[in-house]
Amino acid sequence: MSDLPKPDDLLNFSHRPPKTEWMDTPAEIKKGFACYAGNPKSLEAVGLPNPRTWSCFDEDWQLPENWQEIIYEGFKERLDKFRSFKVFMDICVRCGACSDKCHYFIGTGDPKNMPVLRAELLRSVYRNDFTKAGKLLGRIAGARPMTLDVLREWWAYFFQCTECRRCSLFCPYGIDTAEITMMGRELLNLLGLNIDWIATPVANCYRTGNHLGIQPHAFKDMIDFFVDDIEEITGVQVEPQFQKKGADILFITPSGDVFADPGTYTCMGYLMLFHFLKEKYGLDVTWSTYASEGGNFGFFTSHEMMKRLNAKMYLEAKRLGVKWILGGECGHMWRVINQYMDTMNGPADFLDVPVNPITGTRFENAASTKMVHITEFTADLIHHGKLDLDPSRNENKVLTFHDSCNPSRGMGLFEEPRYVIQNVANNFYDMPASTIREQTFCCGSGAGLNAGEDMELRMAGGLPRANAVKHVHDKHGVNMLATICAIDRAVLPDLMNYWVPDVEVTGVHELVANALIMPGEQERETDLRGEPLLGTEDADE
Amino acid sequence: MVLDKLLEQHEAAIVGLWVDHVINTYAPDSAHFYKTQKDQFANPVGITFSESLGNLFKALRTGGDRDELSKHLDPVLRIRAIQSFTPAEALAFIIDLKPILRSQFKDALKEKRLSRELVRFEDQIDAMLLIAFDVYSACREKLFELKVSTEREKIYKAFLRAGLIADIKAEEPGNDALH
Repeated sequence: MSDLPKPDDLLNFSHRPPKTEWMDTPAEIKKGFACYAGNPKSLEAVGLPNPRTWSCFDEDWQLPENWQEIIYEGFKERLDKFRSFKVFMDICVRCGACSDKCHYFIGTGDPKNMPVLRAELLRSVYRNDFTKAGKLLGRIAGARPMTLDVLREWWAYFFQCTECRRCSLFCPYGIDTAEITMMGRELLNLLGLNIDWIATPVANCYRTGNHLGIQPHAFKDMIDFFVDDIEEITGVQVEPQFQKKGADILFITPSGDVFADPGTYTCMGYLMLFHFLKEKYGLDVTWSTYASEGGNFGFFTSHEMMKRLNAKMYLEAKRLGVKWILGGECGHMWRVINQYMDTMNGPADFLDVPVNPITGTRFENAASTKMVHITEFTADLIHHGKLDLDPSRNENKVLTFHDSCNPSRGMGLFEEPRYVIQNVANNFYDMPASTIREQTFCCGSGAGLNAGEDMELRMAGGLPRANAVKHVHDKHGVNMLATICAIDRAVLPDLMNYWVPDVEVTGVHELVANALIMPGEQERETDLRGEPLLGTEDADE
Repeated sequence: MVLDKLLEQHEAAIVGLWVDHVINTYAPDSAHFYKTQKDQFANPVGITFSESLGNLFKALRTGGDRDELSKHLDPVLRIRAIQSFTPAEALAFIIDLKPILRSQFKDALKEKRLSRELVRFEDQIDAMLLIAFDVYSACREKLFELKVSTEREKIYKAFLRAGLIADIKAEEPGNDALH
């Protein structure tokens, strides 16, 4: 009995956090905020170092004996190779402009999620190992040696960043904090420290062409299911083509659209649009079961892995002999294409500068990458009056649009998706200006963090986005959140379920297909989800 | 009732202290941000705390029922439930209202009648703690439900890819029993 605490002792605990300096506050790796470690088989499949079964919650991470040397050499190599990395390590004046712009900081209240502090985790080691001031003055100059505690801190916080780049927008020096996280993750990967939600999609993508490991026949089977569903709803049988040599255009989209609701409805949207354009204008589009992934989780692993996975899209375009590539509604695929592809695998000289064969529009913005975003393509078609649309078929939806981080901040795609939505639906309300376009808030689950085990982190990171959706839901009755990213379509339903349960999630081309009047179609009674169209609900009663 | 009037008169001060108390459960830099950024879209956490705790205190002092208290507790606890607090840490701010009131009315409490009224009001705070426990648990359950459905989805997809799942069509003979 004497061991039991007294009632007063039980209540005697402080809710106040410690006031220690950040360097003296070791990182706590918390359940709900950390992801499971990469499966060793996946690491082996792509030759990543130190494959083993381990957990970030273990005391012993089974690191190579010379792990400090590996980090030092890796750091040095990257500083020499990437001028931008060196500049980002040197020029920050810690003005704090970025500090309160991160969705994870806003949602978790953890100061190490301030972008400036997340970058300091690397900078402190950089100063210690690579600057004179750091070597001489040590901690006074903001330097600290690389220890196991520091390594654990890197793991905790470089996997609490979605590389969304909202913070970079506010940096007066233009420091790209996402690239600092990318370097941090690259260094961690040198020791075999990565998460399964990234490592396994990378291995799958490398072996079978897509994150989910869908083999060619299964990929085609899934598309065939959609063909049946489309026929049921519209009475029209669409006929997609697969790896057709000599087709005009190769279409590549994230595999999430093929396998995960509600992205599947967006996929049906692409199929219907291509069928319409083939029937009316003879457009020749092919899918590929080999280049069956727009996403690139190599981007979240290392620059070498990003290059390796990006290459397959262009190799398939070359093999098939198409003129150019049309890309689906994906997020980070577009940052890879727009910002890195040209210096990694480009220029894609064997392809033509994309020209829309129906309107004659030449996509100068894609002159080097040869890859056009489908909302640019569809907006161009609508602008030239080439689509037959009935926006009233989306009347049951009150819409808003979430700008996905990469297409917005990574390629400036703001107007096209809105233009398309407003031409295929009548009820659209933007969220407040400080939460959209280049200032958009991340979904909170990007850059490989869309796992299940880190749900608390995802909900906290998505809070600023959900808060803005709640605002338009309360004010305008918004019940549908449109987006042009497969990760968004996979994760925003969970986010809405927790914060704004009356709002569903859709891709833009699902809306296009609802409104698209297909040649020879039957009168539609439902939208692609089987929901009755407004005005037809009573017809059956 | 003497206390009712006092609570009404001192409402702004009490709510201010209460909000500060909740915000000070975060690290100093974070607490500073939650306290000073007044844009509701830049600072959903701080703004939600100050608005909801204001509404909650008003509902409590005017005898709000369970539904009303739950409505105002929800936004605060929905946030606390996904941050890295233990359940006790997440909910402690409810009972911490008691010392705030006691220090606010330190002199007036020398009067016995007010002291008795405050004890009764503190019973209401205890009742609110139980309601808060329900709201907090519902948020955590929702979170686990999301985790479970993510895992279930992964397993389903793995089975589907392995060709282990056959789609049962309703129109096939013998499937009437399913409906």
